[in-house]
Amino acid sequence: MMKNSRLINFGFQVLAVLLALGVTTLILLAAGAQPLDAYKNIIRGSVGSFDKFSDVLVAFIPLLITVAGLLITFTAGLWNIGVEGQIILGAISTTWVLRLLQDTSTPPALIIALSLLAGMAGGALWASLAGALKTFGGVNEIFGGLGLNFVATAITIWLIFGPWKRPGVASIGGTESFDSPLWLPTLPESRLSLWALGLAILAIIVIYFLLQGTYFGLRLKAVGKNSKAAYLLGVPTWQYSMMAFMICGAFAGLAGAIQVTAVYHRLIGSISSGYGFLGLLVAMLVNYQAIWAVPVALFFGALNIGGIQLPIILKLDSSITGILQGTLVLFVLMVEGARQRFMKRVGDRQ
Amino acid sequence: MKVELREIHKHFGKVHANAGISLNFPSGTIQGILGENGAGKSTLMKILSGYFHADRGEIILDGKPVTISSPADAIHHGIGMLHQDPLDFPPMRVADNFLLGRAGGLFPNRASVTRDFKRLADQFGFSLDPDSYVDSLTVGERQQLEILRLLWLGARVLILDEPTTGISASQKEMLFATLKKLAEQGMTIIFVSHKLEDVEFLCHNIAVFRAGKLVGETKPPYVTKKLVEMMFGKEISLGARQPVSQEGSVFSLRGISIEEVRLKIKDVDLEVHAGEVIGLAGMEGSGQGPFLRACAGLIRPVAGKVRVNGLDLTGKSYHVYKNNGVEFLPAARLEEGLVPGLTLTEHFELAEKAEGVFINHERGVKLAEQRIESFNIKGTPLNTVESLSGGNQQRALLSLLRSPLSLVLIEHPTRGLDIESVIYIWAKLKERCRQGAAILFMSSDLDEILQYSDRILVFFNGKVSQPLEVETTSVEKLGEMIGGKGWQDIRTA
Repeated sequence: MMKNSRLINFGFQVLAVLLALGVTTLILLAAGAQPLDAYKNIIRGSVGSFDKFSDVLVAFIPLLITVAGLLITFTAGLWNIGVEGQIILGAISTTWVLRLLQDTSTPPALIIALSLLAGMAGGALWASLAGALKTFGGVNEIFGGLGLNFVATAITIWLIFGPWKRPGVASIGGTESFDSPLWLPTLPESRLSLWALGLAILAIIVIYFLLQGTYFGLRLKAVGKNSKAAYLLGVPTWQYSMMAFMICGAFAGLAGAIQVTAVYHRLIGSISSGYGFLGLLVAMLVNYQAIWAVPVALFFGALNIGGIQLPIILKLDSSITGILQGTLVLFVLMVEGARQRFMKRVGDRQ
Repeated sequence: MKVELREIHKHFGKVHANAGISLNFPSGTIQGILGENGAGKSTLMKILSGYFHADRGEIILDGKPVTISSPADAIHHGIGMLHQDPLDFPPMRVADNFLLGRAGGLFPNRASVTRDFKRLADQFGFSLDPDSYVDSLTVGERQQLEILRLLWLGARVLILDEPTTGISASQKEMLFATLKKLAEQGMTIIFVSHKLEDVEFLCHNIAVFRAGKLVGETKPPYVTKKLVEMMFGKEISLGARQPVSQEGSVFSLRGISIEEVRLKIKDVDLEVHAGEVIGLAGMEGSGQGPFLRACAGLIRPVAGKVRVNGLDLTGKSYHVYKNNGVEFLPAARLEEGLVPGLTLTEHFELAEKAEGVFINHERGVKLAEQRIESFNIKGTPLNTVESLSGGNQQRALLSLLRSPLSLVLIEHPTRGLDIESVIYIWAKLKERCRQGAAILFMSSDLDEILQYSDRILVFFNGKVSQPLEVETTSVEKLGEMIGGKGWQDIRTA
């Protein structure tokens, strides 16, 4: 029976992927494109060469770090939609520290380290606002987070066009680039930083052990599943929710910091690149299990990068990969619901 | 309208909530329905008003069998139900509430509705301003609004569920006058209550329910003693109990007052000794719930002092109480007591004091195995709590209690459990008493209260009696007090 049910689970998941591919194929057909060509190009554009694959990893790094943070808030039963803003505030804080220290005699390595820490602190602080709104103001974290996302974007735009504008012309292209010693070291001719990759892997490992093996993780799980009972069992519930927000914010902030120090080397208007929202999708898709976050984040990163090919070669909009990602999550959730009903019916019959 | 119920059956899982109930309500009468919590009276009323469907049985209105598929359908048939908690829309105006639920066009004629409303209100002497907001009304006024709305929608049968809870004495008088007037006009009134006095005063006929069955019907003049007997059954035996030392106070209350939305408890003093069991008797919603929670620091009393082992813990949080040996066990096991989705092992790891950062799972499993054995829980350490049966969930909840303890506060320790579990759970609780813990528990089961308590506090509408010694308390006396009678010669705590 046990083996059988695992097989059934796997079958349902395959079904979800097929359904998502089916819907995307229909949309491609409706747009007058050749679906097979499109899929081929996505694959070629993501794993076709070492360069492409290193680009995939560049997208994978912030995505995985964000997902690592979101696993904490999801475990605590919180929908941290504000994760986008937390990435942005991380990037802003990092930029701030880099600007502050770039003309001093501080060793570059120390500046980079400090700027990364500042990014984490900035993200955590921004997340604590959403947490405080929920805990003390009774504002649902979804609404609070959404509002704070808009504020974060507005602050970025203000900084780029205001106090931090490039000498001469201010543009949405971002602030003045930092000198290369302040960049997180990357592979030659590439934007891929092994340091950043290491941090991302470390992040997910830390989260895995935090959730699996510690009292902190267990209490967080209890708060997420039934906060009333957790309180009666002695868990200080609102403090744990607050901590979950701040940890997630710190990870999101780190993702933002890496975008600044390793990828763009400056603050740009779209610094978060939507990795926060994409991270929410990945976290839902892996059903909040740390172990699956790595392959799924890699897959989503590959889709993002592979999609860049489409406008160039097939004159298709690259948002088609977004459709594939979105429908995939929807179908996985839907099929999971169907699976539970199916299992229940089977269970009732026995 | 004449209402007949024939052989109504309703099951909820294994519980037979209505077991073949047949009743007649002639028009122009006020019919009382009396019974303990869980006796099946609310279920029957919800079947009549379209919230539930009977598994079997017939509803006959004025000689015609009908099926009632929804509350809207019920009002279409002329049956309106007034719920214990008014089902209105607080942030809206009185007139708008009045309008809701009426099938009608896109643009209601507010002017004519307001006129209708005023005419109806005047008829019964209700002074309700159609333009005021429902938030600003008292419970009694909201009830009046709801009655008017049901009448306006064409109700000819009016069901009232515990309507006298939370309203003032003058509002109660007005309500009774209204109901009498409506009955004279030929309406059928069904009055569901556990308050003996109200039912005796108002009703032309009383039907008494117990454990899903109709025990009997009586007409005036009513004999209170007989009603109590019918409600609770006669044979209640006292359990053997060991003498409790009168020294060693583990818990004391001085002048505790609690204010809840619909209930005020005033100025309670209580001294609890090590090893004693105090039962809180009373109908659901008479104040035992908030009282227990206040003893645990889960509700902050508005006045008074709480001492645990001599330590003043007034106004402290539950976690401080917990660290001082007070534990609270809720009745809603899966909603408040346990965490669905976590295993038994994880529960023990949560409940015990943490050592270090990392969990030693092996030790957790070993602890779980021990507790599972000593509490006779049918399950394994890796079973999630929701996969256990109710009795085993309750055992699990008990097995989570830390040691040593000074006071255990329990809501309905054995509600819904089979007799074997009940005996087992009380054996475990008495073991705690021998180790020096005191127990305060509430229960709607008089048997349980008399069987296991050393002393009893009776609650009625926020009033709390002095502790009654079990040996010198009769079932009749207790039953009357629970129903709100005979309080004048009892000092309140």
